[in-house]
Amino acid sequence: MSTPLVVIDGVTRIHGSGPTAVTALDNVSLTIEAGELVAVMGPSGSGKSTLLNVAGGLDQPTRGHVIVDGDELTTMTPRELAVMRRRRMGFVFQDYNLIPSLTAAENISLPLELDGERARGARRHARAALDLLGLVELADRYPDAMSGGQQQRVAIARALVGGRRFVLADEPTGALDSHTGEEVLRVLRERCNAGVAGLLVTHEARHAAWADRVIFLRDGRIVDSTGVDRGLEDLLESAGHTP
Amino acid sequence: MSVKLGLMALLAEGEKYGAQLRAEFEERTGGTWPLNVGQVYTTVDRLMRDGLVEQAGDPDPEGRISYRLTEIGRAEVDRWWTTPVDRDNTPRDELTIKLALAVTVPGVDVQQVAQFQRTATLRHLRDLTRLKHDVMTRDAQAGDARSRDLAWLLVLENLIFMAEAEVRWLDHVETRLHQEAIRVAQAARMANENPALPTPADHPTITHVQEQIR
Repeated sequence: MSTPLVVIDGVTRIHGSGPTAVTALDNVSLTIEAGELVAVMGPSGSGKSTLLNVAGGLDQPTRGHVIVDGDELTTMTPRELAVMRRRRMGFVFQDYNLIPSLTAAENISLPLELDGERARGARRHARAALDLLGLVELADRYPDAMSGGQQQRVAIARALVGGRRFVLADEPTGALDSHTGEEVLRVLRERCNAGVAGLLVTHEARHAAWADRVIFLRDGRIVDSTGVDRGLEDLLESAGHTP
Repeated sequence: MSVKLGLMALLAEGEKYGAQLRAEFEERTGGTWPLNVGQVYTTVDRLMRDGLVEQAGDPDPEGRISYRLTEIGRAEVDRWWTTPVDRDNTPRDELTIKLALAVTVPGVDVQQVAQFQRTATLRHLRDLTRLKHDVMTRDAQAGDARSRDLAWLLVLENLIFMAEAEVRWLDHVETRLHQEAIRVAQAARMANENPALPTPADHPTITHVQEQIR
């Protein structure tokens, strides 16, 4: 069995303290292999976004460990975390977050340039990322000359530029129509098939269905899990049923 | 699904024999509704009895009998295309009945019933999505829109939307149960603090509400 690319082990995240403390995540454990796409579903306030933020080093857990690509995020300084996020993780958000004054290729090469890579090399990586997603014709377009679906696919290219191996997507299809949303997920799915680990937060079952596994959160806990990890069988067994 | 009208729609294209009807029906619906040959012949017999289908000439050298639509049959198929499917005549749904009973039978963990079902339905949805992805990849490689794949795709998407609707409904059921549990707990707490207040076991009646207003 291969080592998982992402290990979330016994993570608890409590916001605030004392009587007003809110437990956003309660002892959550999850692993994601390279090549695997895991979807997170659950009602509003169930901890989906907190889980994504903790897995992506945007937020630190109160307890527990987060290990990405062999490195423990929970012991890193904010500066180390920033470097980790910039070099080894990619984020895709609902509102694309492309910089309007930069072309698609420039948007994609920006994180590499910020990381000290020379402009020429960064542009080459950006073209390669666009090529991989079949978006080369968008390279010189500005975001306002692209459709929502195109912008989101560029955002995925940006998330994966330079060989990043872990992509985190928070409702990436939220602002798109059903067909375009599906196109975006197909791209994400294919990147995972090519070896990337993906964590996708969505409230749409049809979109979660592109994942290998779906986990459900309620009140900060994983209450349910589908997929190859025998989630259902384990649940049934623990409930005294024979599947 | 009306097998009768499905077979008649195929016959509207031209004469076909039994095994051909079965194969085409399955192929065009993506094998979603498998038919056995016996079902096909029973249906064709009934259609002949009702004057909607007739035998087209003598059996061929291999002994196969072809069938065709009669004029009345053709009119019936035309009517089918232009008439909406009757949704009032919904078949009983086992899951709905199961959950309705689960909330009323003591000792059943309804939350768990809903959860297990959602897991199973989501897996089904994932399998359907994979099949759809395969069909679409195949189409993209073939470079043309093959009508058989299009038919299969439409059937698949229908199943995907139905599975999605079921998951959404189950999410709603879970939220509803959760709210109900909170409501019951709150009411019980209030009843403990003030025994004069109604408990959740008391059904609110008009008299009850009127009393409260007074």
